[in-house]
Amino acid sequence: MKKDLKVIGKPTPKLDARIRASGQAVYGQDVVLPNMLHGAILRTKYPVADIVSIDVSKAMQLPGVVAVITGDDINANNINYKRDNPVLKRGRVNCIRDEIAAVAAVTREIAQEAVKLIEVKYNVKEGIFDPFEALKDDAPQINEFVKGDQHINIAHPFYYEHGDIEAQKRKSAVIIKTRFELPRMTHCCLAPCAITADYSNVDKRLTLYCVTQIPFLFQRDMARVLNMAPSDIRIIQTVIGGGFGSKLDMYPYEPICALLSMETGRPVQITFDREEEFIASPTRQKMTIDLTSGADSKGKFTFREARIIMDNGAYTSWGATTPFVMMQTFSSMYQLPACIFDAKAVYTNNVYAGSFRGYGNPQATFAVERNIDLLAEKLGMDKFEIRLKNANYKDELTGQEMKFISCGHKEALEIVSDKSGYSPCHSREGGNLSNRYKRGIGFASMLHVGGGAKIYPSDGCGTNLKMDDFGKLTIITGSSEIGQGSETVLAMMASEELGIDLKNIKVINTDTDIKPWDVGVHASRTTFVAGNSLLGALKLLKEKLSNKAAQLLKTEIDDLVYEDGLIESTTSGESFKIDKVVREIHFKPPNELCAVYYYYEPGSEFQDKYYKGNVSDTYAFAAQAIEVEVDTYTGNIKVLDIHVAQDVGKVINPLGLAGQIEGGVVMGMGYALLEELYSEKGYILNPNFHDYKIPTSVDIPNIHFYPVETNDPYGPYGAKGVGEAPLIPTAPAIANAIVDAIGIRIVDLPITPEKVLKALKNDA
Amino acid sequence: MSQSIKINFTINGKRTELTIPPYMLLIDLIREELGLKGTKPGCLEGECGACTVLVNGEAVNSCLYLAINVDGKEVITVEGLPVTPEGEIDPVQEALIQHGAVQCGFCTPGMVMSIKSFVAQCNKDNIIPSPDEIKKAIEGNLCRCTGYVKIVEAVESLF
Ligand code: FES
Ligand code: FES
Repeated sequence: MKKDLKVIGKPTPKLDARIRASGQAVYGQDVVLPNMLHGAILRTKYPVADIVSIDVSKAMQLPGVVAVITGDDINANNINYKRDNPVLKRGRVNCIRDEIAAVAAVTREIAQEAVKLIEVKYNVKEGIFDPFEALKDDAPQINEFVKGDQHINIAHPFYYEHGDIEAQKRKSAVIIKTRFELPRMTHCCLAPCAITADYSNVDKRLTLYCVTQIPFLFQRDMARVLNMAPSDIRIIQTVIGGGFGSKLDMYPYEPICALLSMETGRPVQITFDREEEFIASPTRQKMTIDLTSGADSKGKFTFREARIIMDNGAYTSWGATTPFVMMQTFSSMYQLPACIFDAKAVYTNNVYAGSFRGYGNPQATFAVERNIDLLAEKLGMDKFEIRLKNANYKDELTGQEMKFISCGHKEALEIVSDKSGYSPCHSREGGNLSNRYKRGIGFASMLHVGGGAKIYPSDGCGTNLKMDDFGKLTIITGSSEIGQGSETVLAMMASEELGIDLKNIKVINTDTDIKPWDVGVHASRTTFVAGNSLLGALKLLKEKLSNKAAQLLKTEIDDLVYEDGLIESTTSGESFKIDKVVREIHFKPPNELCAVYYYYEPGSEFQDKYYKGNVSDTYAFAAQAIEVEVDTYTGNIKVLDIHVAQDVGKVINPLGLAGQIEGGVVMGMGYALLEELYSEKGYILNPNFHDYKIPTSVDIPNIHFYPVETNDPYGPYGAKGVGEAPLIPTAPAIANAIVDAIGIRIVDLPITPEKVLKALKNDA
Repeated sequence: MSQSIKINFTINGKRTELTIPPYMLLIDLIREELGLKGTKPGCLEGECGACTVLVNGEAVNSCLYLAINVDGKEVITVEGLPVTPEGEIDPVQEALIQHGAVQCGFCTPGMVMSIKSFVAQCNKDNIIPSPDEIKKAIEGNLCRCTGYVKIVEAVESLF
């Protein structure tokens, strides 16, 4: 029987917020274990060099130092996606992040002091910092472990196509070709990286208190690196102070910490300071996108041809696979008859890129959406009309064979156009406030996976449930909480189904020794996949409860409702407390515990070798309309209003949802206007919050959010993935708004006041 | 070795006497000496506000503040905010929670302390701050998760 939803859709503060706001949550840097040592890492002084010798004798002699290790002392396999990154480098260094030696000491200060006493002799070499240089015929091989198949320095090539591109070119009334340059941006999680490793030399097991967002893959990878059995490694996730994709890869500091613990037989903790965080944690890929797009005389898009060179840096993380996501946007955002996509992740001696919220999509969307404005302008068409005309629709099967089983793209576009007060005559002239200040409105859409993403053999999630004799429910889920609010969403679903108060629900999700498999936090998949897994488990639990309750209430199972902690018969009006039913099951036949297990694997497909297939069960769509004001004297850009309409399937927790939207949009503003990790000859020039600015409270515009509910048939209650989407269209919408205001050419990010002024001067 | 110095201060209402090296930072005194881990090290460079505590009621970045300077003063960290026997917490914390302003929460303790000092100042001056004034007041506290909107709304609700 279908009943009104009581919990789903109601604003619900996060369950873990009290502990966090009270300072009682234990983050990586708060862990204290008995007898714990502190580790520190010596990184290279030069981006590219041969290591001639390493002398650790002075460091060893410093009182308080317990162990010093170098690449020669350890037996560890390479890490990362291509297994091309040695944990501690031997013989040569390839980028400024490179780890050469590590120290364990009784205090962090002593460990850091000891690191300075390690003497390394380098033979400094020339590096290659431009991927186009690295692609030259005579370029030397940058990473000695991977010899690319097309070129020695291509870490990962991708090629995709659909449709008849030549025929579509002939059909095109306009063709626009643009080269876009996208910068290195970094996550700036407020909590710097931290890990505590505890190896027992008695039972030969390793416990890691760490901040990974993919605990089970991390466990497997760590085992391979250390030549251990995965089951002998226990991953306990501490409270995580921001993830945003940065914790999707393993970094050398993590196995280094484990090795120090194995070496000393004591727990060891490594924490980064902010400078190390900037230098040694990943970035969004810097890339050059050459995009050619066409449209016919009526404004229907004809084709896109994208050729992309990504600066991979010296090693290959999961981030090199962002073309998986980028090609979806190039091939399928807006209806598109033909597409060619060619991307290459190219080794350089720069710091290496990783995965970052949006996973290549912010870059791809920037290029696609900027070109759409240029196409519209050349056609003399309205920029909103052209988008609406080409918008994705329900039941569309795209050239890449993705199936849009539910789709709110058109609706999202219409909402933001309407709410922003946009009209076709709102143009540069319309926004001409004065000679000095000019206003403009820009649009951008986005397409992203919304029902998981089948990129690993399993995209599933397991759930164990137990209800104790007192009616309290424990949800043991494979999924992880990284601040995004997944615990609360899961507890809300259980509260809805069982009619019990949120106070009576606990979520256990941090320990690989306890929780069942889940592939991890990525692809905005947790609400969808972990939610469906939980609903499957709840169904089993309710079967148990209902069988007993029907017996006790002498009624049919279909006649029962779960409400206010009671299981009630709708015919007789009689009820039993849910905990009473649990005890009846436990203490009387069938003498069972109220515990169940369920595993959910989404129905999505692995793409074939041509990258075709329905990689996600469903997809998320969004549109943003942004109004900006440009000060033409200073080049300053003020973002006034951001209108966000996003197809979320169904709103589960409006409070958490709005938080994801606002946080994402503001991160997108940073990408658009402020953020770039500057690098020169392999050195990072701005590794601190003073020189690398992220948005602060005073930068915040009015953010208006309009959820679009398409009630996805596969989503839990109809919901689909949310978390990455909001930042994806923000930068192109801001860029389009600035162009609308002052008519300059924008092909790169961030759009700083200096660039605006320069462009204005060049135009004049 | 540099000489150590004896200081007397109140921490979260408790009178305390400690002998510390003169270069010790307040954040280290709080986190390492006293084991109060609620104060967060976000940057240790005075740029993020995660380490904010109250010294004589005023919000300071404890990572820039020499511990010896708390001699004779009153320090309050997030652990020092009162919790009633019923588990009720400070109105500032409660407002942040109810408005959905806590995501990863790493910025939150520092944010709470900045807001506490701001609210106290507004109450003393008998003013109801505008959203822009609230934004200005928390400008020194970085948050990467929330986009600040809900934080500002939470502060508005306190007046
Ligand atoms: S840790 Fe003190 S301001 Fe960042
Ligand atoms: S809640 Fe994560 S930094 Fe503010």
